Amino acid sequence: MESITGLILAKYNYWMYISLMMVGLYAMIAKNNLVKKIIGMNILQTAIILFYISIGAKKGATIPIIMHSEGHGHEAVHAVQYINPLPHVLMLTAIVVSVATLGVALALAIRLYARFGTLEEDEINDQVREAP
Amino acid sequence: MIWQVDLAILALVVICAIAAVTVRDLLGAGILFGAYSFMLCLLWAAMGAVDVAFTEASVGAGVSTVFFIAAVFRTTRRTKD
Repeated sequence: MESITGLILAKYNYWMYISLMMVGLYAMIAKNNLVKKIIGMNILQTAIILFYISIGAKKGATIPIIMHSEGHGHEAVHAVQYINPLPHVLMLTAIVVSVATLGVALALAIRLYARFGTLEEDEINDQVREAP
Repeated sequence: MIWQVDLAILALVVICAIAAVTVRDLLGAGILFGAYSFMLCLLWAAMGAVDVAFTEASVGAGVSTVFFIAAVFRTTRRTKD
């Protein structure tokens, strides 16, 4: 019993990541407005980034820059002293990809507004069905 | 990683996310999304991912908010949900 509560409490980053992901998924599925759907998509992407950064974090470690600089002799590099930088580098790419996706999605939303005069998905669907 | 700071910023992140998807004004939703990105930037800095933090601050919070405001000005602020 103690181990289960410890498991829930010690990994709170992952629970927050799951709840953020569910908020984004809810906005993508249940919201009717296109801009709200795009915001939900971005929240989902940043939740995945939070998951990856949480993987790389370590207790009692510092940022991944080697502490002994030039002129201090040769010392062994202990990997346990540094946060794992590999997820950070992967997520830099993910941030840039997410802003590119956001730009394309908002451009498509602007074109849809110019064509149909609304951003609501059901009204756009009605207009598409009425037109031959 | 100080867990008090971490937990406080995580709570602010979730509150900003829920507010951004529930507010009934698209300009307000865009601004709240910018606040959400800044909270995430603080979280990355607290977790030691400083390179991700400044990329999120410039790209996620800056450029994304500008994109949202530009899109809202070219379309409409009104929303039904």
